[in-house]
Amino acid sequence: MIQDIDQIRSHFPYLQCARGGDRQLIYFDNAATTQKPRAVIDATSRWLQEANANVHRAIYGLAASATEHYEAGREAVRGLINAASKDEIVLTSGTTASINLLANIYGQKYIRPGDEILLSEGEHHSNIVPWQMLCARTGARLRYFPVGEDGQWDLGAAERILAEGKVKIVSAAHISNVLGIVNPVGELTVLAHRYGAVIHLDGAQGIVHEGIDVQETPCDFYSFSGHKLYALTGTGVLYGRRSLLETLPPWMGGGEMVDTVTYERTTYAPVPLRFEAGTPNFIAAATLKPAIDFVTSVDVPQVRENEKRMTDYLMRELNAVDGLRIIGSGGKKAPLISFTVEGAHHSDIATLLDKMGVAVRSGQMCSEPLLAKFGLTGAVRVSLAAYNTMQECEAFMGALRKVLAMLR
Amino acid sequence: MTDNTSSIKQVQQEIVDEFAAFGDWMDKYEYLIELGHSLPVIDEQKKQEDRLIKGCQSRVWLDSEFRDGRLWFTADSDAIITKGIISLLIRVYNGRTPDEILSADNSFIEEIGLRENLSPTRANGLVSMMEQIREDALKYKGQ
Ligand SMILES: Cc1ncc(COP(=O)(O)O)c(C=O)c1O
Repeated sequence: MIQDIDQIRSHFPYLQCARGGDRQLIYFDNAATTQKPRAVIDATSRWLQEANANVHRAIYGLAASATEHYEAGREAVRGLINAASKDEIVLTSGTTASINLLANIYGQKYIRPGDEILLSEGEHHSNIVPWQMLCARTGARLRYFPVGEDGQWDLGAAERILAEGKVKIVSAAHISNVLGIVNPVGELTVLAHRYGAVIHLDGAQGIVHEGIDVQETPCDFYSFSGHKLYALTGTGVLYGRRSLLETLPPWMGGGEMVDTVTYERTTYAPVPLRFEAGTPNFIAAATLKPAIDFVTSVDVPQVRENEKRMTDYLMRELNAVDGLRIIGSGGKKAPLISFTVEGAHHSDIATLLDKMGVAVRSGQMCSEPLLAKFGLTGAVRVSLAAYNTMQECEAFMGALRKVLAMLR
Repeated sequence: MTDNTSSIKQVQQEIVDEFAAFGDWMDKYEYLIELGHSLPVIDEQKKQEDRLIKGCQSRVWLDSEFRDGRLWFTADSDAIITKGIISLLIRVYNGRTPDEILSADNSFIEEIGLRENLSPTRANGLVSMMEQIREDALKYKGQ
């Protein structure tokens, strides 16, 4: 088991690079993407050299080996979320691709004019736009249940909408990429099911900081991106409960998703391959395995404890800054905090923090409606990963104070 | 206001020389912030949607006027560093003919060590603002 933080850090070549003399970049934009552990980098380079052949097609040994690595990635995901079968794991190119896939396949089969799709007000554009597109295509209606001033879900309001009986599917973030609050997804799942709706959880952030057991929290669908979980970019997952997934038609047509094809018609492959048309990004997807091995080899309670200490520290220190407003102060907070500061523009803050060696996100964070609800056009976001340290948090706070002194 | 007897190149060189005096990035950015504060604010009425340069983290408004064969700009931004850089661009381009503007380049920004601010990925509106300046110049060219 990987025990302490120094050990964790030693797995990340990026954290060993110095920048501007001996100063290290403090990377606080982990919600956008994480740095990669050596195991992922090495496996990528090894497989490119030794195991590069198209998957699920050819008979020769090299192709079999590539397919094994690809399928091992799928199996690692199954284990991580405790899915009943690895056939429930559709490999995609990321959360966005997963949600677009879901909106299309679920929409085609089950959404009719007058049906409703229910989202929270706190969603990433990736969990809004595909549903808007589906509604435009089908005549369904998109509805939102509110998040409160402190960023917490109003489950009572969600239930009132569900009780009207028109909602077919609920889709909501496990952890919002702006608010950083761990949402009560278990309760929402119970509610959705009580009123006959299915539920999809956008786990892009949730998989990283909370994890999910899809049998314990029996959501129907769960999606996330590999690249936010230490795997390569271009990897993602759509988990779907088998009995439901099997009822869904394919979306993209092409190679590998078929059973038999004549010039007139096609019968489709079983799940999950039915949803994986064309050559997948197989080497990247295979890195889900070393990435998940890394995630599960750390001392998880200790990492969570460390993240909590850093989050508490940042919340306390940020709250003490004059004119600083945290967006989403309520509930259980993941190490992901967005804020604005009176008299200092978010892009100025991010520009100067970068100059001081701290990488933070600024802007709308792909969540324009949520920010607009809070009367904002942008914010600064810090988001931590397993390799961040309390010293980095302290250095960040010091840098932020200097930056604000320059700007105000 | 720019002395029209000096060329775009000369004004750019002046700015390069000014910035050469700064020891580190902090001084540079402090100066930019100061410039940002001193840029005359654009008339609220001119901050119309159609003068807003979209798709940026910091909002940038740019208004131009064509008088006696020359272009005059007023601009504003909600971000102060962006505003500081805008004030440099205005110092360079104000009171120029469309031809002068269209044949100029912005390599001085690189020379003063602010290139990252003009890179297309910076989403700070400056690249779009430069495009808008050139578009306005094109519009009035030959008038
Ligand atoms: C909550 C949430 N949903 C969806 C996405 C989109 O992920 P990707 O860009 O990897 O498809 C993100 C990433 O920023 C996210 O944080």
